[in-house]
Parts: sequence; structure tokens; C-alpha cells
Amino acid sequence: MEEKYYRKLWWDIILTTLGFSVIPLFVLGLVIYLQYSVSYSAKITESLKTLAENRVGAIDLFFDERISQLTTLANTNPLEKLRNEDYLNRVFNIIQTRSKSFIDLGVIDEEGNHLAYVGPYYNILKGVNYKNEEWFNAVMASGVYISDVFMGFRKIPHFIIAVLVREKTNIWILRATINSDIIENIVGAAQIGKRGDAFIINRNNVLQTTPRYSGALLSTPNTPNFSSATGLNVEEIDYQGETSLYSTNVIKAKKWVLVIREDPKEQLTPLLRARYITLLICGAGVLLIIVGAVFTTRAMMKELVRMERKKAVSEDLAMQSSKMAALGKMAAGIAHEINNPLAVIGEKAGWLKDLLHEEDLAQSPNFQEFADAVSKIEVHINRAKKVTHRLLGFARRMEPVQEKVDINAVLDDTMPVTGTSIFKRILRKGFPKPPVTPPNCSRFFSIFSTTPSTPLAKMGRLRSRPPILPRSIAWPWKSAITAPAFPRRCWIRFSTPSLPPRKWAKAPGWDYPSPTALLTSWGEE
Amino acid sequence: MDNFKVMVVDDELDFLETIIKRLKARKIEVTGAESGQKALELLAEQDYDVMVLDVKMPGMDGIETLREVKKRKPLTEVIMLTGHASVESGIQGMQLGAFDYVMKPVALDELLEKMRQAYERKLIQEGKV
Repeated sequence: MEEKYYRKLWWDIILTTLGFSVIPLFVLGLVIYLQYSVSYSAKITESLKTLAENRVGAIDLFFDERISQLTTLANTNPLEKLRNEDYLNRVFNIIQTRSKSFIDLGVIDEEGNHLAYVGPYYNILKGVNYKNEEWFNAVMASGVYISDVFMGFRKIPHFIIAVLVREKTNIWILRATINSDIIENIVGAAQIGKRGDAFIINRNNVLQTTPRYSGALLSTPNTPNFSSATGLNVEEIDYQGETSLYSTNVIKAKKWVLVIREDPKEQLTPLLRARYITLLICGAGVLLIIVGAVFTTRAMMKELVRMERKKAVSEDLAMQSSKMAALGKMAAGIAHEINNPLAVIGEKAGWLKDLLHEEDLAQSPNFQEFADAVSKIEVHINRAKKVTHRLLGFARRMEPVQEKVDINAVLDDTMPVTGTSIFKRILRKGFPKPPVTPPNCSRFFSIFSTTPSTPLAKMGRLRSRPPILPRSIAWPWKSAITAPAFPRRCWIRFSTPSLPPRKWAKAPGWDYPSPTALLTSWGEE
Repeated sequence: MDNFKVMVVDDELDFLETIIKRLKARKIEVTGAESGQKALELLAEQDYDVMVLDVKMPGMDGIETLREVKKRKPLTEVIMLTGHASVESGIQGMQLGAFDYVMKPVALDELLEKMRQAYERKLIQEGKV
């Protein structure tokens, strides 16, 4: 029952302690981790966005410059001049000295005929008619045109910029092939880390640059279809079992879409590390809390049990004390009530005695008998009186006061009541006179010499020093009782409630030890 | 010789009667009272030299009576008669001015001796006054 109660209490304390410590720890860890995670993710997204914006800006700038260059060239030189290949060649060379952006230049009339060409593919392209080409129709319609990457007549992936010029009488086109390496370089700068990728697709989801991992030029990339993207965007997408961060942006000059792909594992490594650290710290914290809680609870329970035991002992002693008090009260009551009739008997006997002397009863043959009877009555009244007075002495209130008392006198007083003379032998030498309360002494001796009990022999020894005496005062009993009569060291404790016998109060079956049993077990009569 | 006036106060009538008879047999002028109240009434009528006063009585007890006696006739010497072995009531009585205390049952000769001593003290006190 008690065991169960303690066990339950143990669990209650442990669980409460753990609850109030672990929950805040977890909440703290979680909140910090989430905050960190949110801000870190925001930072990654932000940097991806910046990168995409930056790259698209660079490409747009490149296109703008190329278009400006061509427009300037076309509008500052009449067709008559530019269709002269020597002149065109000179102009091309001037352009090439500062920038290798152009691969070749061509002038085409409104019928699609190649009027002039400078560049590495002269033999292939000089005689070509572009009238049916897609780009030709587009430039005729819109004035300025940037093509997708295509193979064309030269069978090499390239793209062109064409500018339409309207003169008074004729319409012609200045066309330039662009070195796609430059675009590749601009896009390639966005290929971050080991698994990062960047490429451009057109509106038909066809690759316009060569990506690192996501496919081949002019094929469809193995990524989600971003061809219909409308602006700057970053999102995390699961595609074919792989989670990647995709950033997309639209190139304004051509409506191409720049796609930057990043491996979130690579980018989020610090975040993952933070998660592990958080978990580790939380785990260590929980472990520490559990160990602490267990130790604290154990210490607490130990203390509790100790207190409970102490309480039980003192309750026992209090009960013993109240028993003794009741016994004392009863003894006093009896003695007092006996005293009154005893006094009457005494007076009556005295009166009889008086009368015996006065009257001439002296002549009565039974006079001597009367006199004997009366004096016997007086003798026995005296005996009874002694008994009642001892009883009253025994019942006297115990007060923890110190006063000089002659233990020998107390013994002499007590022993006839209890009828034991066992101490006489031990205490033959006589006691010095220590300051103890006479009622305590009296009670002790009477209890000590009368209590019938057996388990004392099992206890082995008594211990004691009367606590009301300071340690500095040599306790004479010790010397008295360790005297030769006792083979072993033996201390005796006052067995009064105010002086609890700590060690031997809890043995079952008896209240106070029996010195008789003790001494008998030691070979004393 | 023993020509002093004594009052014995005790609620135990058998005791009271007998002790009065015995004291009278010893030529002592003795009066009995069975309660504190009665004792005070008698005391109002005439003076007594020595008073033997039982501590434990129903109604007005010995200590209370003693207090009254000492208030009214301070020169009256009082011997407390107690059934208690405890010294407390005796000591309390002596603090209140009692001459001495004896414990019941008491031998008459012993009590008589105490009475004589009390009377002597009374004479000394009167002489001083």
C-alpha cells in the first residue's frame, strides 16, 4: 500500500518535472529552428531571384546593344554602299576589332536575295534566297527580329538579329549572326555549386543554350515546362523524384525564359545542420533533465520516507507518553482517594488507642489483645501510607527541569515499589549526583526494572547518554554499568517520552527493553 | 500549656469528628468546620490561634479559604492538610502565608507538634505587633 503510494508519487513528481521542463525545451527548439528556417529560406530565395534578374538584365543589355549597333549601321549607310562587299567587309572588321559578338553580316533585299555577305560561310550563304525563311517573314513584318537558335543553311546552331531598313524606293535587311558563346557565358555564370544548372528555353520549351545536366541544345529540357513563365519567380518543385529550386525570369528582348535550377540540399546544408544541432541539443537537454529529475526525485523520496519514519516514531513516542501520563493520573487518583479513608481509619485507630489508655479497660482480660490490634492497625496504615505516597511520587508531573538529585535516594524510594533489587548490585558503588529530574529517574528505574519483554536479547546492546545532559558532563552511569559486573560495554538511556530511545523504539512487540532479560542474557542473576 | 484555640476544617466528617474528640482528649480547645464557608463564619465570631485546613474540599477549597483567612485574620496560623504528595499545593499554601503543610494520613502527635510550633510563631508575631 505504502510502496504503491510512494511509487505513484515518484511517477507524479517525475512526470510533472519532465512535463514542465521538456515541453518548453521542445517549444524553444522548434520555434528557433522554424524562425531560422524561414529566414534562411527567404535568403536563398532572395539570392536566387537576384541572380535571375541580374542574368536576364545582362542578356537584355547584350541584345539591346547588338540591335543598336545594327540599327546604327543600317541607318547611317545607304544600301548602295553596304551592298559593296568590300565596304561591308571594312565595316565588319571595324566592329570585330572591339567586339567578337558578330559572326557574320549580310545584306538582303526585299525579295530575300543575299546582296552582300561577309563572314566564314561565304560559299554556303552567298547564293541563298531567304524569301521562305521564317525569320525573313518575321523581320519584314516587325522591323527588328531576334531569332531562336536554329541550324539554318550552315547546319550549325546559331541565331540572328535582323534589322529592316526602309529607304525611299527600296526595302532591305541588315542581318547579323550572333556568337551564341556570349549568351552561353552569361547564362553559365548562373550555374552555381556542384548540382546547379542554368539555361534558356524559348516559348516552345526548346533549349536555346547548352545546360550542364538538363539536356542538349535544341532539345526539350528534362525539367518542368517553364516556357509560359511571365516574370520573375522562384519555387521548389518535385520533378521526377528530384526536388529542386527553380528560378525563372523572362528575357524581354526575345521572350525567352531563363531557368536557374539549384539543388536545395546543397543550398540548405546550413539549415539541415541547424536542424541536426537543434535535435542534438534537445536530446541532450531531455537526457539531462531526465537524469536530474530522477536524482532529485530519488533524494526527495528518500527524505520523505525518512520524515515519515521519524513522524511514525515520534507518534509512537507521543502515544507512549500519553499512556504513561494516563497511568500516572490514574495512580495519583487512586492514591489520593485511598488517602482519605486511610486518614479516617488512622484517626479512628488513634481514638481507640486513646480510649484504651483512659478507661478501666486495663482490667479487661483482653486488654492486651485490643492494644496489639490497634497498634497493628497503625503499623499497617503506615505501610499503606508509604505505598500511596510512592504512587503519588511516581505520578508526579514530569518537567524537563534540571536539579540536583540523589539517585541512590530515588532508587531506595522506587525499588520497594517495584520490588526489584537487580540494580542494587550494579549500583553498589553509589551514584554521584547528576542534575536530572527526580520523576524521570524514578520512572526510569521503575520501568527499567519491571517491563516484561523478551526481544531485547536480540538487540545486542543498549546505547545511551541522557540527552538532557550536555556531552561535556561525564555520565556516571556509564562507569557504573561498565563496571566489572558487565562484560560488554553497555549504555542505558532514559526511557521517558521526552528522551526517546531512538534506535530501539521501533522493535515490534515491546515498548521498553527489559533490563532483566538483558542482564540475564549476559549471565547476571 | 496547650491553651490555644484550634479550628479543624475538613469535609470528611468521620475524620473531623474523630480528630476533634482526640484533640479534646488532649485538652485542646478545638472547633470543627466541614467546609471553607463554615470556617470563615466561625472565624468571624471569634479568633482562633491555629487552623488545620484540608486543601481538597468541595465548594470553597483550602487555598481559597486560606486566602480569605489571611485577609481577615492575618495572625491566624494555618497548617495545610493535603492528600496530594505533590509539593505544589503545599508550597502554594506557604506562599500564601500558611505555616506548614502535612500529608494525609498524618499521625496525631506529629500534627500536634506542628500546631504547637504554629502557636509559638503566632505568639512571636503578636509580640512583634
